[in-house]
Amino acid sequence: MRTIQKMASVAVVGTLALAATSCAESDRSEGGGSEETTFTFGAAGAPEMFDPLYATDGETFRVTRQMFQGLLGIEPGSAEVVPELATEWTSNEDGTEWTFTLRDDVTFHDGEPFNAEAVCANFERMYDQNKAGQVAAEYWGYVMGAFANDPDNSLYQSCEASGEFEAVVTINRSTSGFPTMLTLSSLAMQSPKAMEEGNANDIATEGEGFAFPEYAQAPVGTGPYKFVEYDEANGSITLEGNDDYWGDAPKSSELVFRVIPDESTRRQELEAGSIDGYDLPSPTDWAGLTDAGNSVEIRDPFNIFYVGLNATNNPDLKDDRVREALMYAIDREQLVQTQLPEGAEVATQFMPSTVSGYNTELAPYEYDPEKAEQLLQEAGADDLTLTFAYPTDVSRPYMPDPQQLYEAIRTNLEDVGVTVDVQTASWNGGYLDNVTAGKYDAYLLGWTGDYDAAFNFIGTFFGNLKENDFATSEYPWGKQLADDLQAADAIVEEGERATAFEEINSQIMEDYLPGVPISHSPPALVVGPDVEGVIPSPLTAEEFDTVSIGGE
Amino acid sequence: MVRFIVRRLIQMAGVLLVLSLLLFVWLRALPGGTVSAILGERATPSRRAALEAALGLDQPIYVQYLKFMQRAVRGDFGASTAVLPGEDAFDVFLTRLPATIELSFFALLIAVPLGIALGYFAARRRGTLLDSATVVFSLIGVAVPVFFTAFMLKYFLAVQWQVLPVSGRQDVSLDGTRVTGFFVLDGILTREWDAAWDAMLHLVAPSVALATIPFAVIFRITRASVLDTLDADFVRTAESKGLTAQVVRGRHVMRNAMLPVVTTIGLQVGGLLAGAVLTETVFSFGGIGQALFESFTQKDYAVLQVLILASATIFVVVNLLVDISYAIIDPRVRTR
Repeated sequence: MRTIQKMASVAVVGTLALAATSCAESDRSEGGGSEETTFTFGAAGAPEMFDPLYATDGETFRVTRQMFQGLLGIEPGSAEVVPELATEWTSNEDGTEWTFTLRDDVTFHDGEPFNAEAVCANFERMYDQNKAGQVAAEYWGYVMGAFANDPDNSLYQSCEASGEFEAVVTINRSTSGFPTMLTLSSLAMQSPKAMEEGNANDIATEGEGFAFPEYAQAPVGTGPYKFVEYDEANGSITLEGNDDYWGDAPKSSELVFRVIPDESTRRQELEAGSIDGYDLPSPTDWAGLTDAGNSVEIRDPFNIFYVGLNATNNPDLKDDRVREALMYAIDREQLVQTQLPEGAEVATQFMPSTVSGYNTELAPYEYDPEKAEQLLQEAGADDLTLTFAYPTDVSRPYMPDPQQLYEAIRTNLEDVGVTVDVQTASWNGGYLDNVTAGKYDAYLLGWTGDYDAAFNFIGTFFGNLKENDFATSEYPWGKQLADDLQAADAIVEEGERATAFEEINSQIMEDYLPGVPISHSPPALVVGPDVEGVIPSPLTAEEFDTVSIGGE
Repeated sequence: MVRFIVRRLIQMAGVLLVLSLLLFVWLRALPGGTVSAILGERATPSRRAALEAALGLDQPIYVQYLKFMQRAVRGDFGASTAVLPGEDAFDVFLTRLPATIELSFFALLIAVPLGIALGYFAARRRGTLLDSATVVFSLIGVAVPVFFTAFMLKYFLAVQWQVLPVSGRQDVSLDGTRVTGFFVLDGILTREWDAAWDAMLHLVAPSVALATIPFAVIFRITRASVLDTLDADFVRTAESKGLTAQVVRGRHVMRNAMLPVVTTIGLQVGGLLAGAVLTETVFSFGGIGQALFESFTQKDYAVLQVLILASATIFVVVNLLVDISYAIIDPRVRTR
């Protein structure tokens, strides 16, 4: 007993002494005084890291977008491609050799010059990935097909500095995606020197995740904001204005992202004035937020929500009349009116109207349950049973509340005599696996476009015959459709390409019917009463350098 | 005593080993997983296969487990995929731990003194209106879910009246220096008094919410235990010996009544984590509880494994400490 008491008192005295002597130094930076304005944004999740090449999610891109820029940019408020670090670009006749003229007044945040050599260093760096990097650099893999170890399957071939501010990028075949894909945040330009010093390519797998190199925590770009720090314990990321920025100086001198995973907490933080905005407020909150003086900025929809069909386990679905019946059975107009946010539109095809290649002549299938029943009868499928699934624990911009949407669609289907076998799984807990594995006859899913290209929508859905969620290889037209899509994608001349995609869109909707496109929903973001200058982007690619607080 | 502790520690290692195996297998038996969470809509069979191969998820489960153990003994628990991507899972635990300790410490600082004092007070005034009032009050503490208490506190204190911050651990604009990861302590150590004060304010509502259940439990146990002891023969003997009321209460009543209370406090400390998951989630308070929730929904297996094993360890260690303190309070335990 005594010993323990003694030990305890020694411990207490020791701790106190330690605390007294080891007073740590404050490392606060000197504040810049009253001129500073900070725009604080509530983020729903922690960023993965800050090297956009290895980034895959919106929370990360929102941060890197403020610091990095691509050769090509996007006109704020639209999906239109505009010059950014490159002022112009031209191609040879067959669209495989692209010459980029670069800005000559740009430096990276570390003072390194931006020039053609830097551009090629970036391309070579992205192309030359180790085994872990090839998986982690998901977007490069997605748009370029392969890496340096597999040049035959790679779209990218080489980059050459043909002048100080002129770079030539050679690709293996013509595609509508190039050079538009250079607007992707992942393919942004980073400082070659900083990447070398921080061993940017030394990514490795560690257990079941990726261990990122030093550089990924100290990114260096050319954009209006520079990286300051990521306070992991407090869940906040701080960026500061780049004084040497080549464009207009950012309106707010500091940008802070606070990680607040719970949506209702983000709303309350906004109401309390401790954050200035957050993304994707629930559509049911829009009115309340507006009444409280905030502005809900509604973006143009750049997505598609659909009921996917998969005939692998359900031969009935192979009959065109059955799929056509489902088109007539679902009351899309009512879904859009009652279940989706203000500004949502009924879809007439598998892509939104802002994308070139959209067919304006297609009309939506009218809601006609009688016709649906009749078609089912003709097909001898009046006892049709569908395993029809929806995801739980998720809200996507195109599908704010999957369960409610599901219930409405299910009622429609049951009204025409379809027996629905309800299936559900959580988004990360098997739903997506089951969809890709073809376990559901019908399922709810959608897509948000990466950039302005028809192939990014319908090519993703049907362009790969062997691997797609609609199992188009089950249909006689599946191969034709995939081939047509690849052919259209390779057309160099823009007008010609758009016509080809329009033609394909009408075939998909009139002849093939691989699924039921439902709607395009506008995702919103909300900012507080004194915030000005937010330009909502259909690609959810807002740049915050135009944002000011209190009209300053 | 030493032998007792050693035996318990060996037991603990066994428990953890079995738990790690069960956990590993169980997590991987669940549908979906890391790969789905990372790829989202972009998942295609070939991309999924490539990612699985890169992360070693295509290997038989016993190989995966052996590799995991092999790395774990070297202190490498795998990289986080969602909570703090890229960080070693154990570092994620260390980064998040101070927040939960801070929160639990303040919750106990509220629950224990208040629970014991009110419990004793109620027992001494058994049957009075005050007694019934405190009993009802404590019943509410147990009956109302922590989640709801937390939400109400947040709504009124932070949103309606705006006297406290809504969520988080510290105002970012204060640019607080990080030393230990305990924000209040860091503020004191670096003499950033405003940062320490701000961290304190951020702790008020979450720790009150977290304290409600332990408070209620401690209160009720104390009350019951004191009531029992007051009726005991030895108390009457002590009184009849002519000892002062102070000595009777301090040495005889309180000391004997404290035995079950200490056990309860120990159990409550272990249980605080369960409350912390809810409290931290409601207040976006970046601790272990929030990390547990996030790693589960985002399928961050590396972090989930470390957090569950670590909380099991904490639970076992706390119980060991309880047993030791029991032995100190009650000498009979030691000789047994």
